[in-house]
Amino acid sequence: MIPELGHFSLILALAVALVQGTLPLLGAARGDDRLMALGRSAALTQAFLVLLAFGALTQAYVTSDFSVANVVANSHSAKPLLYKISGVWGNHEGSMLLWALILALFGAAVALFGANLPDTLRSRVLAIQALIGVGFLAFLLFTSNPFERVFPAPADGNGLNPLLQDPGLAFHPPLLYLGYVGFSVTYAFAIAALLEGRVDAAWARWVRPWALAAWCFLTLGIALGSWWAYYILGWGGFWFWDPVENASLMPWLAGTALLHSAIVVEKRDALKSWTVLLAILAFSLSLLGTFLVRSGVLTSVHAFAQDPARGLFILAFLLAVTGGGLALYAWRAPQLQGGGLFQPVSREGALILNNLLLCTLAATVLLGTLYPLFLDLLTGNKVSVGPPFFNATFVPICAPLFAALCVGPFLGWKRAELGPALLRLRVAFLVSVVAAVVALTVIDSRKTLAALAFGFGVWLVVGSLMSLADRIRTGTLRTIPRATLGMVVAHAALGIVVLGSVATSSWNVELMQVMKPGDRISFAGYDVRLDRVEELQGPNYIAERATLSVGVGGKPYTILQPERRLFTVQRRQISETAIQTNLLRDFYATLGEGDARQGWVIRLYLNPLAPWIWLGAALCALGGFISLSDRRLRIGAPSRRPLAQPAE
Amino acid sequence: MSRRLLFILPLLTLALMAGFFAWSLMSGRDPASIGSVLVGRPAPKLDLPALRPGEPPLTDAVLRTGKPVIVNFFASWCTPCLAEHPLFTRLAEREGAVIVGIAWKNKRDDALQWLKRLGDPFRLAGLDLDGKTGLDWGLSGVPETYLVDGQGIVRRHFRGPITERDLNETILPFLKGAAK
Repeated sequence: MIPELGHFSLILALAVALVQGTLPLLGAARGDDRLMALGRSAALTQAFLVLLAFGALTQAYVTSDFSVANVVANSHSAKPLLYKISGVWGNHEGSMLLWALILALFGAAVALFGANLPDTLRSRVLAIQALIGVGFLAFLLFTSNPFERVFPAPADGNGLNPLLQDPGLAFHPPLLYLGYVGFSVTYAFAIAALLEGRVDAAWARWVRPWALAAWCFLTLGIALGSWWAYYILGWGGFWFWDPVENASLMPWLAGTALLHSAIVVEKRDALKSWTVLLAILAFSLSLLGTFLVRSGVLTSVHAFAQDPARGLFILAFLLAVTGGGLALYAWRAPQLQGGGLFQPVSREGALILNNLLLCTLAATVLLGTLYPLFLDLLTGNKVSVGPPFFNATFVPICAPLFAALCVGPFLGWKRAELGPALLRLRVAFLVSVVAAVVALTVIDSRKTLAALAFGFGVWLVVGSLMSLADRIRTGTLRTIPRATLGMVVAHAALGIVVLGSVATSSWNVELMQVMKPGDRISFAGYDVRLDRVEELQGPNYIAERATLSVGVGGKPYTILQPERRLFTVQRRQISETAIQTNLLRDFYATLGEGDARQGWVIRLYLNPLAPWIWLGAALCALGGFISLSDRRLRIGAPSRRPLAQPAE
Repeated sequence: MSRRLLFILPLLTLALMAGFFAWSLMSGRDPASIGSVLVGRPAPKLDLPALRPGEPPLTDAVLRTGKPVIVNFFASWCTPCLAEHPLFTRLAEREGAVIVGIAWKNKRDDALQWLKRLGDPFRLAGLDLDGKTGLDWGLSGVPETYLVDGQGIVRRHFRGPITERDLNETILPFLKGAAK
């Protein structure tokens, strides 16, 4: 009964979305207030209906209702409650329902918090948002119905993909989707602006909180995914340039560019058509990511059921959203007139450089991800584009980006002098040079590039803090706008991420050894002993758990217990890494293949500064949230003015 | 006019990409398969001295006995080989699979020592010290593993270590299927 209610409310939601996607648009064109007012109530109704459907599916999972095909395929009665709930989105149909839910919730949020928007703009934004919703709801209902029943109901389910049975991954998809789908709002704002033929400072101020929120969630989602890969895949790495990781990185890069270019529109009334393009691209790249993962076009660790019919549907949808947006852009954007003039050396100039480099990075990732596909189709040659390509292309483009990042905040709007700005950064420059030299002489004299990259990380941290110090000198900490504070935190946090990544990937120590219980080895100054390997019975898996005693200088230091789990229902093995961290480095151990006669393969890693990668990413998102709490975003732009807002 | 073209450029890029995506979806290709020129062709020649002292040389006759054979190139200096080794032990002990091991660019004593320490799952073992046989087989490194049917035709080629999943999803079905 409840699954049918869920199915039914999904159908109703589609009907409401169709109304929300058409009538307010008509109302905005004709100036009909009643039709425009429909948008708000429809958005709230649609969100309620999709929430109902999502609740129905969750109920089926929690109670293990095996008459629902989706539950049978992805759940099992012997699964912990957390994974019964996360199982709702741990499969194709359920995750699409989560997409639709977040989309509808964002629509409702625009309806609720958009009171200060002009009626026509709000109606158009809600209508575009609803049209995207129509696509997703139709996709769900026609190709991926999560409420399909099976008769007779089997006694138990097949269980969730073991890789997904992990607390890190339970929350990774919702955060990632909050990011992806959040960019649907900026997309809707861009399309609405193109329809109205008007992009101005007020528009930029209205878009900014949505872009910021989406960006923060996407940052957290990507970080959580990377952390998961770090400790579950068991190879000590944190970023593998897997197509799916790349798919999430591209909208992040475009979204980061959007955040920065929107500032120029807001403060200086310039870069308008470019900002609109970025808003369209950020969401299009999010959709592209979904398409690449779900259609089976590329291979990746994210093995959802892949089906060409679904692939064609998503492709058609991607074409409609991106193609429609870009066609409208090609038609209307040339009419957008830029306002503020500026010199190349200025805050605007620095932000344009930032945009150029971020977009080059996004294009590089896109090329590296799709090149194997194109080459295979054209010539039949199979190539694998992996870390060597990205290290050779992505990393060098980061260098000018990072170098300029600290200088930008020291430049004034319109026109600035590079000399004085650099002079004010001399301390940061000296500190980072010293850091690089120390890294080269003390840590590893052969890794010059690593030392250089480490210096860049220090430059980012110190340089960002210096821009804050500079502001404090002229005012007090309390008078500094939250947006500026958020920027400083996010920029310094990026430096922390760089430090963590460089240290972990360049200066880590690893060892792989076959060990039998009682064997000792010395590893990076530690004395490691395999005490025992025992069999364990988990709720839905059996595991082998090794106990490693780690000592240093003859004294016991810590005990690590890596596991290898065999999920009985799916017959799949997962390694559960043991990590001991002191926030400066991770001691990382995994248990590999083996048995009592031959011994077990034990892999040990010492990853310096590894925790900083995720701490930095979380701090980066925090910076975004601080900026989001800025007063000017809360009170909103009071009225639209024909001319640019004065620069700060 | 040229300014307008600039604004159409994103749309054209999208059209090009979408064309490729549609083509890819329609062509029914499997992105996970890594091509090997050897698959579907007779296995290259084998004529190697035996690894273990006192055994006859390793020739390609072993590939044409009617029974499926697993050919594994390994080396004692190779860490991924260590990771996949227990799987071969299991295959030999539990499934009775015929596994031919070829020590590639490896000193005889090192390879023997390595097998002594970890267990020796190989029915027959050869020594490819100069790596020429590896070249014939299209080896790009060790470990690599080939599934050869009883008629000497290569059916699958794994580059890199085999995994539990390869074992369950490919190797065991292959052994069962070819045995019929």
